[in-house]
Amino acid sequence: MATVFERVRKIVVDRLGVEESAVVPEASFTEDLEADSLDLVDLILAFQDEFSTENNPVEISDEDAESLVRVVDAISYLKNHGVTDD
Amino acid sequence: MYVVDLKGKNGIVFGVANEHSIAWAIAKMLHGAGARLTITYQNERFGERVSQMTESMKDVHLIECDVSKDESIEAAFDDVKREYGNLDLVLHSVAYANKDDLKGEFSKTTRSSFLMSLDISAYSLIPIVKHAAPLMERGGSIVTMTFQASERVFPGYNVMGTAKAALENEVRQLASEFGWRNIRVNAISAGPLETLASRGIYGFLTMRSIHAEKAPLKRNVTHEEVAKTALFLCSDLSSGITGSVIPVDAGYHIMAL
Ligand SMILES: NC(=O)c1ccc[n+]([C@@H]2O[C@H](COP(=O)([O-])OP(=O)(O)OC[C@H]3O[C@@H](n4cnc5c(N)ncnc54)[C@H](O)[C@@H]3O)[C@@H](O)[C@H]2O)c1
Repeated sequence: MATVFERVRKIVVDRLGVEESAVVPEASFTEDLEADSLDLVDLILAFQDEFSTENNPVEISDEDAESLVRVVDAISYLKNHGVTDD
Repeated sequence: MYVVDLKGKNGIVFGVANEHSIAWAIAKMLHGAGARLTITYQNERFGERVSQMTESMKDVHLIECDVSKDESIEAAFDDVKREYGNLDLVLHSVAYANKDDLKGEFSKTTRSSFLMSLDISAYSLIPIVKHAAPLMERGGSIVTMTFQASERVFPGYNVMGTAKAALENEVRQLASEFGWRNIRVNAISAGPLETLASRGIYGFLTMRSIHAEKAPLKRNVTHEEVAKTALFLCSDLSSGITGSVIPVDAGYHIMAL
């Protein structure tokens, strides 16, 4: 099965069209991975879809979305909201 | 599936950007009812995703169309004419505003961003209908997407409220102009749905939960409920309806408090 990092990385590669090797924990979505504001919303929606379960819907508020600057921020956010590695 | 038969109908869809797009929910519903569809995407940025999404759909034709460019709209309809000859259905589900204009004070809207938002979100319906009408020899149905901010104030919605007011007015004028040819033009005024466009509006999630709390049905609507109404408007079931703005919002619009 996949870790939260692997699942996040897959989404980022798919949505932003970047190389898998570029998606390291410290990478910034906008600076390093060149996401614009539309891409950021697209990522937020994709994270919600991927990580929501019946018992644990993931809804990322505007404020939280703004705090997800680097890949690692997204991973910590998800882990703090009940998502686990499996 | 619902028992509405659109076999033999040809349609063109504007506004699919990703799986959350309202246009996508509607396109799937129309396709499921048997319509043959041309799905347009704004530019190459969305092309790959939209072609992945439509991969498993039979008989779907994909073309790029930027509705802020007259040539692009014209080319799309030339293409439809070549492919199908005849057109029956048009879905216009397109809007745009700068993210910065979708929060804070409305009075800060600049001239250039006002013109751009109104151009893409409201004007675009006019040339689309103009080019669609000559291909609708057996009559047709044109559906656009609006929001209640056209009439009442939703803080943050700003210039998009102005654009929706213009769009709804166009629906009435176009319905009046083309009614004699049995071309119907209607708008669906949807309650809040989470999409690329709506999440660009600051405070969208709060607005959505207020809707669910206050609406008579005590919940939000779904993409599928909006798509069902579009299916109705595209079918013969709605043959007597034109120039209307139909709210699909769990009844929110009737509430004062
Ligand atoms: N989501 C909601 O809560 C809601 C509620 C009521 C009405 N609406 C309306 O529904 C429609 C669809 O929006 P959505 O919520 O599905 O979001 P969306 O972001 O999925 O759709 C907006 C579409 O507009 C397209 N677009 C923008 N500029 C364009 C251009 N120059 N040329 C061609 N296409 C262009 C985008 O590519 C995108 O496909 C919009 O008119 C919106 O205002 C949405």
